[in-house]
Amino acid sequence: MNRIIPPKYSQSIMNVIFWAAGIFTVLILLFIIGYVLINGLPVFSPEFLLGSPINAGAQGGIFPMIVSTFYVTFVALILAVPLGVLSAIYLAEYSGQNRIVRAIRFGAQTLASIPSIVFGLFGLAFFVTFLHLGFCVLSGGLTLALMAIPTILATSEISMISVPSSFREGSLAIGATKWQTVYKVVLPAALPGIITGIILGMARAIEETAAILYTVGAAIQIPVSVFDPARPLPLHLYYLATEGISLPNAYGTAAVLIILILVITLVTNYLVDRYIKKMTGS
Amino acid sequence: MSRKTDEKIIELGLFFAAISSIVIIIVIIAFIFREGLPAITSVGFFNFTFGLIWNPENGVYGVLPMIVGTFGITALALLMAVPLSVFCAIFLAEVAPNSMRRILKPTLQGLAGIPSVIYGFVGLVILVPFMRNTFGGVGFSMLTASLILTIMILPTITAISEDALRSIPLEYKEASLALGATKWQTIKNVIFPAALPGVVTAIILGMGRAVGETMAVIMVAGNVAVIPNSILDPVRALTSNIALEMGYATGLHYNALFATGIILFLVIMILLLIANYVQIKSKIEIGGGNL
Repeated sequence: MNRIIPPKYSQSIMNVIFWAAGIFTVLILLFIIGYVLINGLPVFSPEFLLGSPINAGAQGGIFPMIVSTFYVTFVALILAVPLGVLSAIYLAEYSGQNRIVRAIRFGAQTLASIPSIVFGLFGLAFFVTFLHLGFCVLSGGLTLALMAIPTILATSEISMISVPSSFREGSLAIGATKWQTVYKVVLPAALPGIITGIILGMARAIEETAAILYTVGAAIQIPVSVFDPARPLPLHLYYLATEGISLPNAYGTAAVLIILILVITLVTNYLVDRYIKKMTGS
Repeated sequence: MSRKTDEKIIELGLFFAAISSIVIIIVIIAFIFREGLPAITSVGFFNFTFGLIWNPENGVYGVLPMIVGTFGITALALLMAVPLSVFCAIFLAEVAPNSMRRILKPTLQGLAGIPSVIYGFVGLVILVPFMRNTFGGVGFSMLTASLILTIMILPTITAISEDALRSIPLEYKEASLALGATKWQTIKNVIFPAALPGVVTAIILGMGRAVGETMAVIMVAGNVAVIPNSILDPVRALTSNIALEMGYATGLHYNALFATGIILFLVIMILLLIANYVQIKSKIEIGGGNL
């Protein structure tokens, strides 16, 4: 190509290709979000957002699904946040580089890589059947917790590692123990990063469908106890769309879901920005 | 208690939290195999993996059509996603001005964050009718599924490739530019070859994401458990096979779906090991290397 097309021209051609790839990607996202919102927002009404579904969701609202989504996510975070953050503290502050640490890292990486439907299978075999929890908020939440742990772990670990070692040295020099240093110095400094990790884990739990398909049940009542079955938003959208129950309500459900995820992404970005500004002092 | 014992107890507690990942993985593997192995031993590993017919009503369990489905969809998606993502990554790392980077970075984050059921839904209401009108047939096909997957794995491949491109020492670039090479010649002959192992890792991880995707594929692929003749035929992926039938499966059928999960798990583990091997072999550090 060099021989036929002069370098100056190939440079221009490639620039056009690079820009096209970038702009195309932006357009795809705008199109998906725009399409869902344009079709979904007109469905929004007090009855839709705060009502219960009638005729399997053909009419009525999605309030029980909104409650289910937050309930299941909350249960997931109760388990995933302590495990994820404590693992991160160990990896970032206590461990050296030995075989066990490598095994832990590989374990977390594997956990992050397992397809969500395999988590769903495991949830069905372990929580629903083996532990006799049945199809309920608890089974679904615990399954989602396993998926959120690696996200929370990785983000928290990075934010702790990026705390300058002078912080730790200062604390240790005035006689604090290792744990006092971690608890009083490292954790507060790394907190915005840890919160980002928790929000990302939360987003993963909110958007997940396959893992809860056979763990959380499908009831359209508002779940009260953790042993009640539930139907989070993604699952409801799946049923509405694939069983041809109601296209307008499917658009509405999709719009609620996409707004939730967008808000979470924006909040995370804001936190990260503020954190970076704080750390670099600009 | 002395401070020293306190410290020891805390460290031990943290250690137990940290090994939870390993424990969870072991329990997951144990349970998937416990439920899946009976099907593999009863049908036979060879008959199960390479059997052409999946017919649970008559007790015939062969997952080859699903394996072909999964890899067909994945290969097509990679064919489209790899060039697009690599161009995007080079654009982000080398070409784009800061203003454009500030738009494109959150865009990729947004694409990565959109729930897979929404991708499936948008595919179902837009892409399926479009394919039906353009190419005939039912519109649910291998090609439709791979188009959706292309968008879904784009952020994965782009983000990791960009990290790889950025980790190339500045001296390489400066030396090339100082010799009078254009920016594109520098990218093509110096930066990209040096970043290639990272890009390969990115592609393998993107592949893993495509293999593991369930909801988006199930909603647009057509889910017919037969080896397709063309890319416009409906196909069923391994993931879809589990999700479609688990609701009513009992007995050996139930075990056979877990066995499908075992196959899926093995494919993902092989991809993960290859990705790690490439990364260690080339001694590059890239962040966020998960499928």
